[in-house]
Amino acid sequence: MSKPVVATASLAGCFGCHMSILDIDERILDLIELVEFNKSPVDDIKTFTKQCDIGIIEGGCCNSENVHNLKDFRKNCNILISLGECAIMGGLPAMRNGIPIKECIEEAYLDGPTVADCNEKKILPNDDEIPMILDRVYPCHEIVKIDYFLPGCPPRADLIWNAVAALVTGGELALPYEVVKFD
Amino acid sequence: MSEQITFTIDGKQCTAEKGDTIVAAAKKNGVYIPTLCDFEGLKPAATCRVCTVKVNGAPTTACSATVSQGVEIESNTEEITNIRKAVVEMMFVEGNHFCPACEKSGSCDLQALCYKYQMMVPRYDFTFPRKELDATSPKLLIEKNRCILCKRCVRSSITTNGKSLFAVAKRGNKTVIQMDKTLAADLSEEQAKEAMELCPVGAILKKETGFVTPIGQRKYDAAPIGSDIESNA
Amino acid sequence: MNTDLNQILDKYKGDATRLMDILTDIQTEEGCIPSDAVAQLSERLGISRVEVEQTISFYHFFSQKPVGKYAVYLNDSAVAEMKGRTAVAAAFEQEAGCTFGSVTEDGVIGLHNTACIGMNDQEPAAIVNGVVFTNLTADKAKELVAGMRAGKAVQEMVTELGDGVNSSDLVQSMVKNNIQKKGDVIFSTFESGSAIKKCIEMAPEAVIDEVKSSNLRGRGGAGFPTGLKWEFCSKAAEKERYLICNADEGEPGTFKDRVILTETPQLVVEGMIVGGYALGAQQGIIYLRAEYTYLKKYLESVLDDYRQKNLLGNNIAGKEGFNFDLRIQFGAGAYVCGEESALIESAEGKRGEPRIRPPFPVEKGYLDKPTSVNNVESFAAVSQILVKGAAWFKGIGNDKSAGTKVLSISGDCEKPGVYEVAWGLSVQEMLDMVGASNTKAVLVGGPSGTFVGAKDFSRKICFGDLATGGSVIVFDQSRDILETVSNFVDFFCDESCGSCVPCRAGNGIIRSTLDKVINGKGTKADLEKLTELGTIMKAANRCGLGQTSFNPVVTTIKNLPEEYESRLQEESPYVPTFDLAASVADSCEYVGREPNL
Repeated sequence: MSKPVVATASLAGCFGCHMSILDIDERILDLIELVEFNKSPVDDIKTFTKQCDIGIIEGGCCNSENVHNLKDFRKNCNILISLGECAIMGGLPAMRNGIPIKECIEEAYLDGPTVADCNEKKILPNDDEIPMILDRVYPCHEIVKIDYFLPGCPPRADLIWNAVAALVTGGELALPYEVVKFD
Repeated sequence: MSEQITFTIDGKQCTAEKGDTIVAAAKKNGVYIPTLCDFEGLKPAATCRVCTVKVNGAPTTACSATVSQGVEIESNTEEITNIRKAVVEMMFVEGNHFCPACEKSGSCDLQALCYKYQMMVPRYDFTFPRKELDATSPKLLIEKNRCILCKRCVRSSITTNGKSLFAVAKRGNKTVIQMDKTLAADLSEEQAKEAMELCPVGAILKKETGFVTPIGQRKYDAAPIGSDIESNA
Repeated sequence: MNTDLNQILDKYKGDATRLMDILTDIQTEEGCIPSDAVAQLSERLGISRVEVEQTISFYHFFSQKPVGKYAVYLNDSAVAEMKGRTAVAAAFEQEAGCTFGSVTEDGVIGLHNTACIGMNDQEPAAIVNGVVFTNLTADKAKELVAGMRAGKAVQEMVTELGDGVNSSDLVQSMVKNNIQKKGDVIFSTFESGSAIKKCIEMAPEAVIDEVKSSNLRGRGGAGFPTGLKWEFCSKAAEKERYLICNADEGEPGTFKDRVILTETPQLVVEGMIVGGYALGAQQGIIYLRAEYTYLKKYLESVLDDYRQKNLLGNNIAGKEGFNFDLRIQFGAGAYVCGEESALIESAEGKRGEPRIRPPFPVEKGYLDKPTSVNNVESFAAVSQILVKGAAWFKGIGNDKSAGTKVLSISGDCEKPGVYEVAWGLSVQEMLDMVGASNTKAVLVGGPSGTFVGAKDFSRKICFGDLATGGSVIVFDQSRDILETVSNFVDFFCDESCGSCVPCRAGNGIIRSTLDKVINGKGTKADLEKLTELGTIMKAANRCGLGQTSFNPVVTTIKNLPEEYESRLQEESPYVPTFDLAASVADSCEYVGREPNL
């Protein structure tokens, strides 16, 4: 029997959740025994080459490219997991939510302390190749159906391991108090 | 000695003193009823509704209602737990609770209740309201994004000449806590500390210090909220 | 600030519990509560500025920013919309040159939305500086703005007067009573003074017994037995007691108290005097909604009349030691103040937040003294019960509901207005009575009540079935019920006092979930979520507002499911509200690029 296939992505996140995946230490060897990785920054596969069993999403959606990637994952993965605060509720990038997008862009490109003196021509990035910025940062489950949520910033390595192992082996998911945290 | 009365919580025989609130009576019997707005020494406000219980079948708030002889209290039933979890989720989505960036994370009562009820994601959509951060006081920072309007600060005795430092303003989902700017200008160190310690979340903070306790040693890092009460059972 | 604050404060003896009156006077004089007034009030009343502001900011008719020399408050509740408010609002905006929620640059005209003003049978209607204008049209709106531009006095712009007492010298209002049906209790004959005469011959306990045995239940909607409430209050240990008449009448669609207070205030005042006697209360308060300020002079003259006849004041009607007087307390625009404990908080000058109960007001009410709060119509009924007897009263209505009920009926019917009927009328009989045809739905009891569809028109209007404080709104087949539901959801979002989480946040969740359904993205799961939320709000909220505010949604899902079904996404368990094009539109426009979807 072939091994379950896992894909991962980091959208509007900091890669901390991926670091936490790696933080399962020597169990990474068990993980490789258990599953096969497809599209993921872990193995640097850039496009889906087959239908996957589990998709793990880090980060929320702050631009059109995130939305495109997330929808692509939904299409190519049977089970989708929101991993970490940003995927679940937008996380720190969502601190801009509630502030009108115009103010955000002004702060980032015109008035902010790191740009105020160096953007004399008041250039705003508007090339067609650049992803379009969304009005706010969206939690993943507001854009596609998400099957499971693993909170944390980052989620504890044990939580990730427990969850993936439970999914793959069909076992009960253990959620000890120490592993379910929001920070 | 006060009159002893007996009653049940989820079928368990309990004893308490007449006049005890249900929360206090439960505590004496090793039963934890979650609270947020309740605070020892302050008049009950019963605004957060997290302590909702049923007394002889009728819903009420355990922080404000007192026990009576022979009553049957329902607390940890599936129905009540669902109500409490829903209320916690409502508080979470109506504000901006960015736990990873919050000074109170790990010691926050709201977060601790989310943990207790294993809120992986709230059932309601986040609202991301725009709220104010009031940094005008030399000593205090009021982060309204995190405020759950428990009114502990409003009910407190933090006053100057009988004038209250905190008050509520507006109504509906625009309701907000206001700090009196004139009074806040002359706040003592002790008053600032008291205000911060009253706040169950990270909405009232003393300026210049934060993130003092390392992760792992904070109030709710190791054991769930209420486990101290339950371990006395 | 031009107003002499000291004079106002002296009028109320510098009493912080009279803050509502103080603020009302300042707002009326200044058109706002300026910041220097807040500072002075803080000084004089010994409370902080934020404590002054917490009361100001709770009430719709208090404002820290100027509301305009002419402040137009146009009703935006459901029936106003049905009767053409949109065109009237557009005319106001166009002529005034500002939008609703703002004031013209010169500060002359302010346009403001406001919740139901108790004129549902003559909508669209607005209040301008306390003066009511009914049956508005776009043309009338234009005329009004022209009058304001010409600097006319608001009262001068009233060109026709209403019926009955509305046209009297002290009222001079265009408001109409529209009494369509007179019944045996409220709009029946009554000799002024007769109830007082009767009561002083009886022992106070006997008066309470008489009211108890009449089976009179509270007419505000909740239906608590009036006699029992009085008995509880009369048995309280404290001797300083209060009696309050709840004339806040805020439930959208109700206006019967307005008509009772206009046409037969003697019944109400006398019922209060009887209550004062029965309870041993020394002071009574009529808590009148600010929308009815136009009745102030008239009602005060009624009270003066009673005082002159020695039927109010000391040793009433010559009865030694029977001392009782009344004052009118105005609200300032807050629906929740119709809840008795919120009303008491408000009468004490505070935010109208419902109290924790117990203790109930009959034990600890106004100024923490035993207080009975009863509806306008309940007091009116008491006067007749005293004169005509409990047995007579019980003979009207049905087993569970004694007496008559004054209904305020509006919406899609030929004869909107006030109807005094015996309890037990079926919805269909009511519809025939008011000349309603092709009816799709009836809302009984206002937004906090129940929407009933055609299959339930045999249900009866009475306690035990469709209980109501009197608001009845009729919708014909042409109406989109969800538009009305949506209007009521906004109403509750705004009127929640903001204390309880499941009300403050819950109403917002109803709002966004309903929007999803209205926008064609709803699923069956969303309706289930709304129904579950209703169950949670009913169990977990403190007061009647939070325990019923989901009713417009939940009772329509239950009784008018067809209004939802056509809008649902079939068979889709998951439908996102996310719309990529909409979410990138603003950023693309601002940076100057075409959205590349």
